[in-house]
Amino acid sequence: MTDAALPARDGASVWRRRALIAVPYLWLLVLFLAPFFIVLKISLSDTVIAQPPYEPVLDLANGWQGVKDWWAGLDLENYGLLFEDEIYWRSYLSSLKIAAISTFLALLIAYPMAYGMARAPKSLRPTLLMAVILPFWTSLLIRVYAWIGILNPEGLLNQLLLGVGLISEPLYIMNTETAVYIGIVYSYLPFMVLPLYSSLEKLDDTLLEAAADLGSPPWKSFWQITFPLSLPGVIAGCFLVFIPAVGEFVIPDLLGGSETLMIGKTLYNEFFLNRDWPVSSALAVLLLLVLVVPIALYNNIQARELEAAK
Amino acid sequence: MAQKPAQKALGPIRRSFAPWLDPSAVPLIRFEKVVKKFGDFTAVDDVSLDIHQREFFSLLGPSGCGKTTLMRMLAGFEQPTSGRILLAGQDLAGTPPYRRPVNMMFQSYALFPHMTVEQNVGFGLKQDGLPKPEIADRVKEMLKLVKLEPFATRKPHQLSGGQRQRVALARSLAKRPKVLLLDEPLGALDKKLREETQFELMDLQMELGLTFLIVTHDQEEAMTVSDRIGVMNHGKLVQVATPGDIYEQPNCRYVADFIGNINLFEGTVAGSGGGEVRISGEDPAGDFVAASDAGLEAGAKVTLAVRPEKMRISIEAPPADARNVLKGEVWDIAYMGDWTVVLVKIDGSEKVVRVSRANMTRTEAQPIAWDDRVHVWFAPDAGVVLTS
Repeated sequence: MTDAALPARDGASVWRRRALIAVPYLWLLVLFLAPFFIVLKISLSDTVIAQPPYEPVLDLANGWQGVKDWWAGLDLENYGLLFEDEIYWRSYLSSLKIAAISTFLALLIAYPMAYGMARAPKSLRPTLLMAVILPFWTSLLIRVYAWIGILNPEGLLNQLLLGVGLISEPLYIMNTETAVYIGIVYSYLPFMVLPLYSSLEKLDDTLLEAAADLGSPPWKSFWQITFPLSLPGVIAGCFLVFIPAVGEFVIPDLLGGSETLMIGKTLYNEFFLNRDWPVSSALAVLLLLVLVVPIALYNNIQARELEAAK
Repeated sequence: MAQKPAQKALGPIRRSFAPWLDPSAVPLIRFEKVVKKFGDFTAVDDVSLDIHQREFFSLLGPSGCGKTTLMRMLAGFEQPTSGRILLAGQDLAGTPPYRRPVNMMFQSYALFPHMTVEQNVGFGLKQDGLPKPEIADRVKEMLKLVKLEPFATRKPHQLSGGQRQRVALARSLAKRPKVLLLDEPLGALDKKLREETQFELMDLQMELGLTFLIVTHDQEEAMTVSDRIGVMNHGKLVQVATPGDIYEQPNCRYVADFIGNINLFEGTVAGSGGGEVRISGEDPAGDFVAASDAGLEAGAKVTLAVRPEKMRISIEAPPADARNVLKGEVWDIAYMGDWTVVLVKIDGSEKVVRVSRANMTRTEAQPIAWDDRVHVWFAPDAGVVLTS
């Protein structure tokens, strides 16, 4: 630090710094924390056929008594329901399973892609990177709809396979769990490829030369050097796919069948079909609690990465 | 710039170890007419070189001269475009790096960042499938050798530059390779540590009886550690000789100029006889006499090369039998501690001659000052006549 940087400690600039930090915190407060507390409150309320479809509603016109009534009307009943009715916990388990398997499949597909990109000539890499990001230019909804056209019994895939003569009857992939896996892996693949690519690209080639020099053939070098050094990318990619995939709604709704249970879909049904806001809010809060563990883990690992990079 | 065949060891340091002088000795490493091209660029141009068992051999040259490429071909990271490389009589072509009995210490050290010091050093042994207790013993031995025992469980990023260099050295020595390749091994160390490590490397090489091939652009380093030096330029091996011979008997202007400081006088051969050649100089104009039995023809273009420490300087007239006397004015003086370097501008010429004097006593007043009129002279055997 030079002397010129020292005046930064005086009062005015401390306040300036605090003001600067306050902006993102305010953002989080207004756009994340406030809605979360609203959802939390609704999850503790009871369903009524009214507008809004829950009670109690805070009535400040009654003064302190209104606040007391409101508080007395809140209870954990909805959470109890989530544990009683098996559809809810089965939705959670099924979501976690589908997300975990999709994450693993995405890793299997993304690793060779990212590896190829990182090993491609430097001049070609921006193009390849662009190709990975390109799908984001179209809405997810449209891309998932496109898969319906591909996976339909009369869709492109079946027409192709029938035409070639590989199958004699159309495959029924549409509206099955397989279709959900295809959709999730397809949609979240870039989130896996990008962190993998960035950690593989940093890999120093001389490390592989050193490994070869010390007697390690290329395939052993991959498991001894390349893979362990790409682990930060693997971990980041897995979290980036797993966390949103658990709460995925659009893909199971469009591609999955009625037997595909996912928490996002259950939540949607409770909210829009049953108009049971309190139960669906409780579902959402519980989903958040379920995901807090991997999110906290992810943040922790990222922070350690940053620390190590210093 | 052809290599002189079977050069005699004329250097000032007598060596008992000189297998390259023995025509019946079988070299450990043999480069045979090795060429390496990258597209249109010829990185290594027709290099033939023998390196003997237990030799400490340096490849010396500026960056881009092909020395690293030559070494990487021996390690197996590059394939020669043509020519052969033999190790202990076996052609290495088609042998992948991981099957070659040579190990390399990389310029960047290339330590595995996710492994501890122990794991780094033991990596090569693990690849050979050695039993774990044996690996542990060898690793311990290696860490003792490089004095890093207390750091066994640290990761590379927790070590200093000097310590990392030692880990890299220990790792490349752990497998007891037939040949240890060192690519600018000390480049990242500061001067003091570098000099210390140079001597340690020499001791280590003698202790282990290994063959070392080192690539460096640092001539001092090459002079310090090597049994022989191969000077490279533009992909060609220009001269291969002991450090003494490289310094005292350079075979061309390039080597003379690249190693140490030297005064070069251009001229043409005026005549020769009696083991001496007379040269009429161009700049400064004047006649020089140099010892040479090369049988140079009159009229041939030559360069007379004289090292600064082989020149005499005085304010008084030189002795009557002094030869190759030049007069001039002191242009600059640099006091270096062990030496004082005097730059003298020669009369009637643009030439500035560099003369160095050893500072033999502590109390001696510097007898020469700026702008003094001085005489500079050198004996006929002080200079080397270069034809290329």
